[in-house]
Amino acid sequence: MKFKALTAIAALLIAPAAFAGGADDDTLTINGDLDMVTKTAAPDHLSDAFDEIISGWHFRSDETQQLQTDDFENQGMIFVDQAIDQWNTAEGSEGKSCADCHSDPADSMVGVAATYPKWNEEAGEMRTVQMQVNDCRTNRMGAEAWKYDAGDAVSMEALIASVSRGMPVDVAIDGPAADYWEAGKDIYYTRFGQLELSCANCHEQNYGNYIRADHLSQGQINGFPTYRLKNAKLNGSHSRFKGCIRDTRAETFSAGSDEFIALELYVKSRGNGLSVEGPSVRN
Amino acid sequence: MRLTAITAAAVLATGAAFADTVAPGDVQFGEYGDVATSLSGMAGDADKGSVIFSSRSKGNCAACHAVAQLPDVAFQGEVGPELTWTGEARTAEELRGIVANAKMTFPDTVMPAFYKTTGFTRPGDGYTGKAAQGDLSPILSAQEIEDVVAFLLTLQES
Ligand code: HEC
Ligand code: HEC
Repeated sequence: MKFKALTAIAALLIAPAAFAGGADDDTLTINGDLDMVTKTAAPDHLSDAFDEIISGWHFRSDETQQLQTDDFENQGMIFVDQAIDQWNTAEGSEGKSCADCHSDPADSMVGVAATYPKWNEEAGEMRTVQMQVNDCRTNRMGAEAWKYDAGDAVSMEALIASVSRGMPVDVAIDGPAADYWEAGKDIYYTRFGQLELSCANCHEQNYGNYIRADHLSQGQINGFPTYRLKNAKLNGSHSRFKGCIRDTRAETFSAGSDEFIALELYVKSRGNGLSVEGPSVRN
Repeated sequence: MRLTAITAAAVLATGAAFADTVAPGDVQFGEYGDVATSLSGMAGDADKGSVIFSSRSKGNCAACHAVAQLPDVAFQGEVGPELTWTGEARTAEELRGIVANAKMTFPDTVMPAFYKTTGFTRPGDGYTGKAAQGDLSPILSAQEIEDVVAFLLTLQES
């Protein structure tokens, strides 16, 4: 008995060392046949910061990782199913559904999640997937825009991501995207709030380290939207950015803001080459 | 009698009312970021410092630092160096400076400043995500800094 207690204390004392070691060496295959690239060479624009970019999947426990390997276990897929119903539902003054213009998302939406946010020439704006969906809703369906990063909007984003799973993230950062990219990069390296912490302080300088119970990843968004066990719902990237900035004791930006659109483009570009994983599962 | 006790407690709570307390903006840092004298004018309490070190709503130092002497504190962090031997390696003056504003000792460090109230980008109202209303309070009070320093000085291997 006494021996046991002592061993437990010894185990606690060495605990931090026992957790250490950064990303694991597991490999991710979905539904037994879709191999995912979860580690790869950093894109050129990141080469002074990283040699290798790594999906957030590698920093989660084996149990959490397992949930993402099978669509029947991945609770994010429940929201994808709901979005498929929505896809086929006519709405708005034009009486049209997404399916009326785009038929089957498994054909028409392939590659979308890999390349957004994307410059829209006609509108002269940088568009996220959710902005594009809302553009279709308001301008082509005569329906109301969905609230950013809320229920229907994230579920639809998850459906659109799911049909690109396994494709490499490949967002353009040159041409008209360059200014947004620079603005996003500025935000990434700004030390916000009373704790004066930037995204880079945690996700570039300290990935692989534990910050209390959380194992810090590179903060990649190739897995978004993510189903989080913690809040049992799908989470958009802007909501995640909000949470991270809030945790520095700062005033956050809002979901759908110009700042977060630029930050989404920038963070997404840091994952150029990783497979699209959304909807992924995280804790 | 009752009334004075309450007033005294209120004064204690605000701290700043003590003549000997050094305000965050008045802290004098030495060449290497050290701070020579007690910020509260009083000695620190190591037991209280240990609680401040590990509680999330106070210093939350354990989020980033591991300390072997606190085996009951779960999930000690790895972002900063382990502090198990800090009481041997550092003086009270150095530790006070590091906890008050670590950037005076380690420029650009990830470690937050615990006794600083200005110069932030988009300061928030605690962890609400909303803008701060009015002036910020330092994360730790002058006496809490002294308590943490007293605790750090007890961290010695022998
Ligand atoms: C104080 C530390 C800290 C800061 C600063 C911080 N984050 Fe995080 N972030 C975390 C923690 C902890 C997690 C959860 C574990 C993980 O996935 O890294 C997380 C998770 C994430 C994730 C989810 C990754 C995934 O695979 O699910 C993204 C994306 C992210 N952060 C982006 C950012 C961005 C962008 C910023 C700056 C605006 C930022 N973070 C600032 C601590 C931080
Ligand atoms: C967000 C992370 C973080 C938090 C929170 C944090 N620290 Fe640190 N601390 C660091 C890092 C990183 C260093 C290493 C300094 C550097 O950047 O070179 C450090 C250094 C130190 C050192 C100097 C170690 C040495 O002798 O070189 C002490 C002492 C210390 N911290 C105490 C504390 C105390 C006490 C608290 C809470 C009141 C605290 N830290 C909170 C990250 C943190």
